[in-house]
Amino acid sequence: MALGRSDRTMIPSEETTNALRELGEQIASLLPKEVLHVEVRLGELMLDVARPSIVKVLTFLRDDVNFQFKQLMDVCGVDHPDREERFEVVYNLLSLSQNFRVRIRVTTDEYTPVPSVTGVFSSANWWEREAWDLFGIYFSDHPDLRRIMTDYGFEGHPLRKDFPLTGHVEVRYDDEQKRVVYEPVKLTQEFRHFDFLSPWEGVQSVLPGDEKAEPDEGKRPGKE
Amino acid sequence: MAEMEIKNLTMNFGPQHPSAHGVLRLVLEMDGEVIERADPHIGLLHRGTEKLIEYKTYLQAVPYFDRLDYVSPQNQEHAFALAVEKLLGIEAPPRAQAIRVLYAEIGRLLNHIFTIAANAMDVGAMTPMLWGFEQRERLMEFCERVSGARLHMGYFRPGGVAFDMPPGLAEDIFEWAEQFPSFIDDMETLLTENRIFKQRTVDIGIISQEQALDWGWSGPNLRATGLAWDLRKSQPYDGYEAYEFDIPVGKHGDCYDRYLVRVFEMRESVKILRQAIEMLPEGPVKVNDHKIAPPSRADMKRSMESLIHYFKLYTEGYHVPPGETYTAVEAPKGEFGVYIVSDGTNKPYRCKIRAPGYAHLQTMDLLSRGHMLADVVANLGSLDIVFGEVDR
Repeated sequence: MALGRSDRTMIPSEETTNALRELGEQIASLLPKEVLHVEVRLGELMLDVARPSIVKVLTFLRDDVNFQFKQLMDVCGVDHPDREERFEVVYNLLSLSQNFRVRIRVTTDEYTPVPSVTGVFSSANWWEREAWDLFGIYFSDHPDLRRIMTDYGFEGHPLRKDFPLTGHVEVRYDDEQKRVVYEPVKLTQEFRHFDFLSPWEGVQSVLPGDEKAEPDEGKRPGKE
Repeated sequence: MAEMEIKNLTMNFGPQHPSAHGVLRLVLEMDGEVIERADPHIGLLHRGTEKLIEYKTYLQAVPYFDRLDYVSPQNQEHAFALAVEKLLGIEAPPRAQAIRVLYAEIGRLLNHIFTIAANAMDVGAMTPMLWGFEQRERLMEFCERVSGARLHMGYFRPGGVAFDMPPGLAEDIFEWAEQFPSFIDDMETLLTENRIFKQRTVDIGIISQEQALDWGWSGPNLRATGLAWDLRKSQPYDGYEAYEFDIPVGKHGDCYDRYLVRVFEMRESVKILRQAIEMLPEGPVKVNDHKIAPPSRADMKRSMESLIHYFKLYTEGYHVPPGETYTAVEAPKGEFGVYIVSDGTNKPYRCKIRAPGYAHLQTMDLLSRGHMLADVVANLGSLDIVFGEVDR
């Protein structure tokens, strides 16, 4: 994409990136079995961690004097239905003394539980409940894994990609029965979904025969 | 006499209680007047914002952020705008940054006036609410003059702000900021040394610094425990490093300290307002890239290319390069973070909203245990909960 015309760019400096990479490698060298992958992008440090050792990694990062990630700011799920292990659980940690953030990711599927980190950070309690409610990610050893966001007696996990935006049921107050009733969703207008995946740049002219020179060049994304 | 079985009373607080600050259902297990356990049931205002954003373009997602914490809508937009800008690799021009800081501080004032007034009303003081809303009204007029909307501004957009400020507005805000400290003084005479207010808030809902960190607290609530942590200072964005202000901290981490921290933060915000107006640079208010920011109305009428840009921006929107970011701002309630996963299309693949109130409300059980029923209301008010952002 052509972004060259912006006045200034917010690309993080080389120093920050290097410092973060160093930090990531330091963590990885101290936890060689647990940390699977270290990545620095957009000035943010991301660590992929093996699912069973998430409690160990977070405890280490919290207690080690060099890191002191004392705060767990957020836990959330991400759904990638095309992957073998479709869910990602993302932990955002913050170190106040070092002024660093780190993002930890573990993967899981519908059936495999992720060890709960409520024992390490109390704040994880509701965020894990939320991930369970909205994605159906199961956390083992969670003290109180109830639904939190959705209605009492709700079925399904709404933030999964295969859950429809409209949901399955709608509620209304029935005047005859004098109570709230649940009914299947009726849409008065068909759900509109626009596909805008055509590339912004428009048609790129490829001369016939050009694709033979560079095999990958001939294919344009979005036009198979 | 036969042995009597004594059972604790379970009481429902809310969801339609005026002090529940919206729609909180709090199930309280009580031993007489004393709270044994508090179990907040949230989600009564859950609108599926995150799911909806996945179906909207980046620009269409902006108004959803207004409707999270509707007491200070600007600050949420700010986080989203910064996150998208980070993914796009752009930065707003200096004038846009200064305007954003100006309005982010107006948002902070809007929020703190409301919180303090509502907290005071919860514990029995009526007047701050009436006085505070007069000031809020004037601030909302400033919002209306710049964006056309009093509350849900939709003003901070990725790449800058929607429009430039009309002439004379900066002077009017400056004038308002001149008289505002006297309002704070007046309000303080009503509350700060008020015997009833102090009886209701001092030593109520104490939380230690370690506990606050463990529970993910941020913002004024964390600072009330004595930790000088402010993202505007420690991880500055949009040129906050250029402004001179102090971070007020509390000592005890009780309701009264949380109130005091907010009062002092208002005074600091006024300082920032003045500096932002004095330093307001000239120049454009959005990036000069019409693939992201729309062209001017006049251009659109004359130039075919501008018309195409305009049309494409408001139908398809812009494509954001693949990547992910967690970007946080110091919202008036605490750290408001947006975690966006982009897959290279014109819609966010996932947008998680980290609301500060969510983390604060979790601690209701810890804060209320052993307190009286009336203290639950004081605690809730001092935590600054707005259900728009908690339930999302």
